[in-house]
Amino acid sequence: MATLNVNGKTMTADVDPRTPLLWVIRDSLGLTGTKYGCGIAQCGCCTVHIDGVATRSCSVPVSAAAGKKITTIEGLAIDGKLSKVQQAWVDSEVPQCGYCQSGMVMAVSALLKDKPKPTNDEIDAAITNICRCGTYQQVREAIHAAAKA
Amino acid sequence: MNAFTHIDRRSFLVGASAGGLSLGMSLSFTGAAEAAVTMPEVNAWVVVKPDDSVVIRVVRPDMGQGSMTGLAQLVAEELECDWSKVSTEYPTPGENLARKRVWGAMNSTGSQAIRSSQDYVRRGGAAARIMLVQAAADEWKVPAAECTVEKGVISHKGSGKKTSFGKVAAAAAKIAPPDPKGIVLKDPKTWTIAGKPLKRADTIDKVTGKHSFGIDVKLPGMMIAAIRQCPVNGGKVKSFESARVEGMRGVKKVVQVGEEAVAVVADNFWNAKQAVLALPVVWDEGKSADVSSETIAAILKAGLDADEAFVGNRIGDAKEALAQPGVRKIEAVYAYPFQNHATMEPMNATALYTADKCEVWCPTQNAEAALAVTIATSGLPADKCEVYKTQLGGGFGRRGRADFVAQAILIAKQLPGTPVKLLWTREEDMTHCSYHPITQCKLTAGVDEKGNVTAWKMRISGQSIIASLAPERLENGMDPATFQGLTASAPEGAFGYNIPNVLIDHAMRNTHLTAGFWRGVNSNHNAIYVESFIDEIAHETKQDPLEFRRKLLKPKQLAVLNAVAAKAGYGKPAKGRAFGLSSMNTFGSYVAACAEVSVVDGKLTIHRIVAATDPGYIVNPALVERQVMGSFVYGLSALLYGEISVKNGAVEQTNFDTYNVMRMAEMPVVEVILAPSGGFWGGVGEPTISVAAPAVLNAIFAATGKRVRSFPLMNQDLGTV
Ligand code: FES
Ligand code: FES
Repeated sequence: MATLNVNGKTMTADVDPRTPLLWVIRDSLGLTGTKYGCGIAQCGCCTVHIDGVATRSCSVPVSAAAGKKITTIEGLAIDGKLSKVQQAWVDSEVPQCGYCQSGMVMAVSALLKDKPKPTNDEIDAAITNICRCGTYQQVREAIHAAAKA
Repeated sequence: MNAFTHIDRRSFLVGASAGGLSLGMSLSFTGAAEAAVTMPEVNAWVVVKPDDSVVIRVVRPDMGQGSMTGLAQLVAEELECDWSKVSTEYPTPGENLARKRVWGAMNSTGSQAIRSSQDYVRRGGAAARIMLVQAAADEWKVPAAECTVEKGVISHKGSGKKTSFGKVAAAAAKIAPPDPKGIVLKDPKTWTIAGKPLKRADTIDKVTGKHSFGIDVKLPGMMIAAIRQCPVNGGKVKSFESARVEGMRGVKKVVQVGEEAVAVVADNFWNAKQAVLALPVVWDEGKSADVSSETIAAILKAGLDADEAFVGNRIGDAKEALAQPGVRKIEAVYAYPFQNHATMEPMNATALYTADKCEVWCPTQNAEAALAVTIATSGLPADKCEVYKTQLGGGFGRRGRADFVAQAILIAKQLPGTPVKLLWTREEDMTHCSYHPITQCKLTAGVDEKGNVTAWKMRISGQSIIASLAPERLENGMDPATFQGLTASAPEGAFGYNIPNVLIDHAMRNTHLTAGFWRGVNSNHNAIYVESFIDEIAHETKQDPLEFRRKLLKPKQLAVLNAVAAKAGYGKPAKGRAFGLSSMNTFGSYVAACAEVSVVDGKLTIHRIVAATDPGYIVNPALVERQVMGSFVYGLSALLYGEISVKNGAVEQTNFDTYNVMRMAEMPVVEVILAPSGGFWGGVGEPTISVAAPAVLNAIFAATGKRVRSFPLMNQDLGTV
């Protein structure tokens, strides 16, 4: 039995402790905003925050997340109010299919906490998430917009 | 038709986003029931509720390209409703079938979604407007011709009367619809909703995790399946030892899926995957077990000089023109590898089978094809089958197929009454795609003493998509799609250059891998071959690539090329930078690109791309721009990294670590010129992909003098000429 703190709530799941956090979040807790794209920490679709740090949840066993503060895409908006990154995403109409965007938004939210006004080089180094629809140009624009907001 | 069951099933999925603006599935159960009971549709396309809100129904899947928004704009334009009150709905293929395909084809493939349905959806919107106005006129006892409409409000000037769509919708529904052929559509120049950069309605769902993809389907009692298919395409399962994994955590059942796969059904995906990977399976790999990339390349190479080939374009006599005395021959051979779509969301489908019903939830680019597979695989009659399209995490052509739907049903049939979600691992997805076809190409040009091109001979040798996916559509053995952008005059895509003697033919050489439609399809490699070789001829005859093209190009293609050259500042590169050009006519549109690159110590940087598209008309410029920008990421990912190779019959790449794609850091700035010239409807999602790679390749040549003729670039050393 894994006990987790997700989006401020305590939740439990009856799973093998080696199960990647991603599948506990998706299949056991039913929070499907966090996506699966590769399972090997390559694509970033599964990015969540663990104690504020952007983490690819497909490559973290659930046992390693116990007792830590986990935030998923569902926990970003507070009382229905979008975070400034989410709002910038809406204003710049970033998503195409949208599948990679939960991970993008989570990765960028963590980046902006560390570096409130990132340069393009810092963005390139930090945001290595894959978007097959090719929204990178809108992502960059929205990051700068969120940094100004 | 049992509309209630359908809508009920659909609303299952919406779950979290019910009541939100989720396009395509915006109706909650109650909302839909109300609409069905108290608010009959005006026609198939339009439902108006008493509060004046409008539901527009269209059936072309939106996988992020924006077709749902664009088609709704076209309907709303003719309907003259208030755009702020519009939501959209996506009927099921079962509903479409039961209503004699009133909504038309349901595929978003071949850049067809807007252009192939624009005419009838506009007529649908206009017919509804005519009926709504007639209903008001009848109530007021005035001629309909004296009434005007604006934003869903109908007015009669003479009497000063006003009403709204919502108030007359019920009466309008009873009016005989006008003959669609007699309807005069608006001149696009007068559009106020279509043609505008209106926003999609589903963006908030996409940034809050609520957009519900196939992988996110949740049904009561649902189990999850992970699959392993024979590593060699065409191979079969010989035997497997279920007992070895049946006791593993969460495992419910171990099943064979068709002849070629095994699956484990479990309580969650992780447990299913662990068990299916641990399952001992003996494969009969079949006759392709010794095929490799080298053996495939040798077969294609032989095809370059084979006597027999299907002719796709013959003008004059290229062979004779090449044999003329004084004619200089220029020749080059190119090769293009297999590519995987690598949609961000791996293949998946959820099926619920009982003895008298089969239902499927899946991300599909063609819900009718998915329904046909559901009917065939379940063995149930059509009216006992239904497919609910979920949102798609990318499609790019891969989701036009329904192989994964058949598998989900084959598994669900072994667990009647239990919904089963089949999810492929990325590894299965990478190794069991319908790949962008592999080809080689030999080009020969004849040039006379004055530098005029007198002959163009082009032999493509390689795989046919149609032979793989729809052999019944071959024309006397020939795959016409091979000649995308190369035909003599087809509006879908003609060879852009005026050359007196042309011979373009195809030696079909199929491999054991399945070939498929991959965003841009055959125009991707065709554009690389033509546009690189045009550059080679320009160089060999000491002409500037732009001036050389200007002498030969047909007008509409030249117009977009001139536009990119002018905006990019072609001819005046900054120090250390170089430009490369390309253009193409494909999917009915004219497109061009100018790439600006530098190569330092063998390292390529793509600084900027100026792209232009003339698709005739543009329904939503903001969405078209995004399609064009995104298409360069797709096209350049393939150029930089994309290669599926084969060893011992199996695909070697398994995930994004071995099949890399472009990330933010490599993304050039893409500037988009929208140049709709009117008079035709071309596609948008795919055409510009084709010009991405050749523009960069020609820029690399301009920068380094190195002509790259095989791909991807990561295998090439750009530091040495
Ligand atoms: S699914 Fe975790 S990084 Fe791709
Ligand atoms: S928006 Fe589709 S993968 Fe990024």
